[in-house]
Amino acid sequence: MSDQKPEFILKDLQGAAHHFDGTGPALVCFVKEDCETCNIAGPVLQTLSQAYGDAVRFLVPGQSGEKNADFAQRHGLTMPVLEDAGCKTSFSWDFEIVPALYWIDESGAVVTHFEGFVRDDWQALSDQMASATGKAAAQVDWDSLPAWRPGCGSKHFDPEVYDALRAEAEGSRLRARKVEVASGDDMAEFMFDQGFSDGLPLVPPTPERVIRMLEGTHRDPQDVIATVPPNMGPATVEKIAINAVMAGCKPEYLPVVIAAVEAVCTDEFNIHGVTATTMGAATVMVVNGPIVDKIGLNGGLGALGAGNRANATIGRALRLIIRNVGGATTGGVERSVLGNPMKYTMCFAENEERSPWEPLHVERGFKAEDSVVTVFAMTGGPVHLVDQTSRRPDQIAGSLGQGLEGVFLPKMHNLPIDALLVVCPEHINTLTVDGPYSKDRLRDRIQQVTARPLSEMVQDDHSGAGIPVADAERMGPEKLAQLAPKFAGKEYIHIVVAGGDAGKFSSAFHGWATGEVGSISVSRKIDLG
Amino acid sequence: MTIILDPTDERVPVARQISERSGSVQGVVGLLNISKPRGNILLDELDRLLTENAPGVEIRHYTKPTFAKPCPDTLRHQIRDECDFLVEGLAD
Repeated sequence: MSDQKPEFILKDLQGAAHHFDGTGPALVCFVKEDCETCNIAGPVLQTLSQAYGDAVRFLVPGQSGEKNADFAQRHGLTMPVLEDAGCKTSFSWDFEIVPALYWIDESGAVVTHFEGFVRDDWQALSDQMASATGKAAAQVDWDSLPAWRPGCGSKHFDPEVYDALRAEAEGSRLRARKVEVASGDDMAEFMFDQGFSDGLPLVPPTPERVIRMLEGTHRDPQDVIATVPPNMGPATVEKIAINAVMAGCKPEYLPVVIAAVEAVCTDEFNIHGVTATTMGAATVMVVNGPIVDKIGLNGGLGALGAGNRANATIGRALRLIIRNVGGATTGGVERSVLGNPMKYTMCFAENEERSPWEPLHVERGFKAEDSVVTVFAMTGGPVHLVDQTSRRPDQIAGSLGQGLEGVFLPKMHNLPIDALLVVCPEHINTLTVDGPYSKDRLRDRIQQVTARPLSEMVQDDHSGAGIPVADAERMGPEKLAQLAPKFAGKEYIHIVVAGGDAGKFSSAFHGWATGEVGSISVSRKIDLG
Repeated sequence: MTIILDPTDERVPVARQISERSGSVQGVVGLLNISKPRGNILLDELDRLLTENAPGVEIRHYTKPTFAKPCPDTLRHQIRDECDFLVEGLAD
């Protein structure tokens, strides 16, 4: 054993500083006042220091704050008992158990190190020290001591202490600006005042929490995942983790948030337009693959509603990143005339188990065993589609189609606009009652039942939306008699399965401008390392 | 004091926070006149009220050379070293 231990300067109980420069001869033993094994070691340390203290420097860093004095008094310790405030020195010396003893020679080499109390080890140490110092062996009544006691976990491993120490340690992986919040300030109010919030309270992103969050990914904290409009702020893994903490995410959700940031910041998805449009678009995230069960995302009962932490906080984290890293604040670049509640959060899993079709991510070219997030830019929804009485497959497919008439306005057809149809399990049962009913057949049925003559789309006294009268006149009666389905092509109709087993209620999200000038849905594989 | 990590792209400084309030006034209170006309009237009145109501408190007066420029470093450091509290008569 020869690795050198880090130097330290610690104060003793009287406030005098003791500098350990890394070299000995020294005996350093870390203790905790309420550790039974440390209390067995205490009198032994005192006896050893009486025997060898002239030749070896004894230092006893305590981890117990004010109670270090109790420990010293209880055992009549005459060597310096030091205050390892915040356990920083314990952390840097990197042991697990107290008492943690090091005998260090003149060169700084660790001659002997052990943790806990093994009587034979301590006795051997005493003999070694006697021989090294040429002093008479310490008079310890070894037989009165227990042969073995395991010791206690070092205090620096207490979760709140350990994560704070890791965050502060030299070489910490954190680079974000540290913001000091005065103890007189209310933290929740402070974060509101800084404009960090979406309007709801936030979890304070302390360094310890962010360090824990970063455990959720193998990615380096300084990896830049995307540049986020409108400010083109660099979304590092660290910045994503900070916002994920604020949103209330668990570390295991972080890879989903990272993939979502990557997906929305593509040119195709165009998060800038989605955020800025007065139409009030929001990101709807659908998650597929094994990660759904692993982190507890909900695709079943209440999938589009409240009550599930993963659904709620992953969607919210994405939104906070756009706000804080991208700078898209409401009233700033975010300019929805009304907005919608999906701007707080909208993330759910597909209920792959209840789906008769291949999952969304497989349909979009991924492997079933991949975990994938797919993002859609949606302006409305979820809109309920109620049909409790259809019993034939084409009937329920027809109802789902009619339910989509509301996209933009019922009158407007041939829309090059996405819709995301969420079919509930009971409607799936009806669809498949006679056997397989493909997604494409459902899309065809939707287009079929929504087809209306163009003449119904001409501007009139009921509504000035639609085909201008002058255009209609040029088109003539034959052209106006042609049927126009709701969507300009069936590829605009996206279909997933979600929801609980009871209830004949499906739902739909209505799209924003789809395509090059607006937004195209994007899927990204979730990097699970 | 608690530390949190900045969730933003860090292009805007964090808004400055008020200092911690001790709940009582003691020690040395500085009164800084920024050299705006009649600032001395307000601060002299404050001096009178403090002397009357907080007899143990020592009061020291300081004056900025001009209200149009930031306080010179030497004066700032002097105030920092000598005072526990500072009242600055800021505007008209």
